Amino acid sequence: MFETDQYTINIGPQHPSTHGGMHVEAVMDGEDIIDVIVHLGYVHRSVEKIAESRTYSQFIPYAARLDYMATHLPVLGYVQAAEKLLGVSVPERAEYIRVIMAELSRIASHMMFVGSLAIDLAATTGLLYCLRDRERIMDMFEMTSGQRLLAAYMRIGGVSHDLPDEFFPAVNSFIDDVPAMIAEYNGLITGNEILQARCNGIGILPADTAIAYGVTGPNLRASGIDYDLRKADPSGIYDRFDFRVPVQEKGDCMARLLVRLEEIETSASIIRQALQQIPEGEILGKVPKVLKPEKGKEVYHRIESAKGELGFYLLSDGSEKPARLHVRAPSFVNLMVLPIISRGGKLQDIIANIATLDPVLGESDR
Amino acid sequence: MESMIINIAQTLSSWLISLGLTPWWADLILLVLQWTCIVAIITLNVIILIWLERKISGFMQERLGPNRLGPFGCFQTIADTLKLLTKEDIVPSKADKWIFKTAPMFFIIVSVMLYAVIPMGKNMAVVDLNIGLFYFISVGSLTTIAILMAGWSSNNKWSLLGAMRSVAQMISYEIPLAFSLLGVVMIAGSLNLSDIVAAQDKFWFILLQPIAFVTYFIAATAELNRGPFDMPEAEQELTAGAYTEYTGMRWALFFLAEYTNLVAVSALAATLFFGGWQGPWLPSWIWIIIKTYLIMLVFMWLKWTFPRIRLDHLMALSWKVLIPVSLINILITGIGIELIKGMRW
Amino acid sequence: MKVNLEQITAELQTNMGDRLEVYPDAYFTVLKVMPADLLTLMVYLRGQAGLNYLANLTATDLKEEFEISYHLYAIPDNGLKIEIKTRCPRDRAEIPSVFSVYPTADWQEREVFDLMGISFQDHPNLVRVLLPDDFAGHPLRKDYRKEA
Repeated sequence: MFETDQYTINIGPQHPSTHGGMHVEAVMDGEDIIDVIVHLGYVHRSVEKIAESRTYSQFIPYAARLDYMATHLPVLGYVQAAEKLLGVSVPERAEYIRVIMAELSRIASHMMFVGSLAIDLAATTGLLYCLRDRERIMDMFEMTSGQRLLAAYMRIGGVSHDLPDEFFPAVNSFIDDVPAMIAEYNGLITGNEILQARCNGIGILPADTAIAYGVTGPNLRASGIDYDLRKADPSGIYDRFDFRVPVQEKGDCMARLLVRLEEIETSASIIRQALQQIPEGEILGKVPKVLKPEKGKEVYHRIESAKGELGFYLLSDGSEKPARLHVRAPSFVNLMVLPIISRGGKLQDIIANIATLDPVLGESDR
Repeated sequence: MESMIINIAQTLSSWLISLGLTPWWADLILLVLQWTCIVAIITLNVIILIWLERKISGFMQERLGPNRLGPFGCFQTIADTLKLLTKEDIVPSKADKWIFKTAPMFFIIVSVMLYAVIPMGKNMAVVDLNIGLFYFISVGSLTTIAILMAGWSSNNKWSLLGAMRSVAQMISYEIPLAFSLLGVVMIAGSLNLSDIVAAQDKFWFILLQPIAFVTYFIAATAELNRGPFDMPEAEQELTAGAYTEYTGMRWALFFLAEYTNLVAVSALAATLFFGGWQGPWLPSWIWIIIKTYLIMLVFMWLKWTFPRIRLDHLMALSWKVLIPVSLINILITGIGIELIKGMRW
Repeated sequence: MKVNLEQITAELQTNMGDRLEVYPDAYFTVLKVMPADLLTLMVYLRGQAGLNYLANLTATDLKEEFEISYHLYAIPDNGLKIEIKTRCPRDRAEIPSVFSVYPTADWQEREVFDLMGISFQDHPNLVRVLLPDDFAGHPLRKDYRKEA
């Protein structure tokens, strides 16, 4: 008369904790997860197609809208790819400004990660503390580029504006406060017994699975693999800085959280070094008005974004518009392991797993 | 001041008798009046509470909270209530309509019934029931039926999951809740809440029963569906759990009921562990309000600090920790009572 | 594991002969193969050269045919950067799936299928990933024209 049955529930596309329009179809047996199917594309804006009808410079604002949580990082990846394609060199000062901006973006993204993990586990206050600190980064972005969230600040060959005078005290005081912020997050979020119970041993991603599925960035380093493109394949001037790549061994949600908390400190130390080394000088190199790479030239350029390996594949057909632009989006590739790490867990673990894989749907759907 | 409310009641009662009614009719009319007062106070109180909760969460999160309507935004909840009243009332076409519509009413009725036995001041319990505590626990556990009704009738997987979670949670937490109160009952030697308050005239029971208080507090948080135990609602996982399909005033009724429950459970905690209405200088009914509000502040503090616990951890906490602890507490209390008796002999 | 690039390319060329074209570009060592040899090459590179990480998989519309590029690295880095290129004709847009060698190709191949319309043989679940299932056409093809 009575029998148990599997059922599916649809988490999203309109759901508080899918970080944008993502649809996760969960096959459930009671509260246990049998399988998870991810449906993407709700934020698909055909960025790659648009790129084919824009010049190389015109694409920059579109790149800024890929990973809107760390806006300078996709722009950095794109302009460096375009510079490789066009053979444009970048002035020293601009390189340092780029590093400072990129690392600030990384901190902003990781703060958002910590906060969104907290609110996805229903600790609303945790989110607000992270947003409060991220606000200072947003203010700095506004000082430099006039834009807070989607700053298309970098240019092919440099950056658009020099750093204003009020930027330096703001960034210095921010970096000085980073340890205190981390201590506060550790007290409120990481140190919480319930959060630890919900993250320890949840969503374990073994190292070999991570590599096989192309998971990169903090998610890979949380599985015990020391692979950071800033060290392994440095672009720009990243080889000039002395920093330690944080690695955690366990590969669970807690490890992914701890890696990011440590990366905030790493990024702060890179910014500190960049601020000490930054020279005076030009911020925009000599770039021709019309950018036409030679026909048939192609480039695949990758940087360590806040989410993982962000790659830009550019192919030129000799005109001022790219023949093909492909974005290798870390969020897209990382999401592939969500079913693998969620199977066998509880419904509530999906939420923690999505939050700690840290997808940005603007980037994964493009 | 002290007996102001009792005096009013007595004046009313004698006035009714002077109109030629029999004392039985006068008592009945008075009872109806008392209930009306309680419902009015509860509703007003909830409006204040929601405002307070938003202000406190704002304070904890370094925000301002509501601050536009009225001084310190204190009319915000009234505006919200008006908005909710005017919203479209949607009943899903596949819903079990009767159960869907009665669930919020059932919930609020059960919540209000809890107030019957709580002594709101000296000689101020609406019904001075000799099994008051037993009544409170039994009626309090009925709320889960309302949530189950809501979740089942909505015909929505989220709602059903929320309802099932609620039932599982209530069944688990009802036991430590009742056990934790047994220690108090053993010391006071009565289930009558007025007697329990009277037994605390020398010292509060929290000093004798600290473990019982902690157990009661945790179990009560789970009973109230408040964070970190807000399983049935669980907005990050279940969108809104059992309340997903509700709109407008029906939805608001659930919240009204939950806040009503919060006040009742806090008032019970104040009654059982903090000497109830007893206190120096101020009138008794002010003391219980102060104590209740202080306990509610702790509930709010917890809710805005903690993440939500996972369902299986929640069960484990109840069955593996709270129930053994409360049983041991009963044992220790029993031994203690016998020892004290022995010493007196 | 330090791997010698010359050694690998030499070994590959003795094995595959003129079916393999090797030339360096500015950043990568490019290996050009026919679709039929793709899987053998991938298995070899993953096993012998330690290139365990398929970073990027993408396709380009070259009017008459499609070019599919794979960018391979090793984790941890062993200095090799290899790009594999293969082509398939427009009217028979089919190449073997590398999912069995690199599971990360799963969604990336689905994306190429979705946007470029190249079907990958033996892919476990070749359905659209970004566009709706009922979408007609493949937008990244050069001859795709959007209506309205």
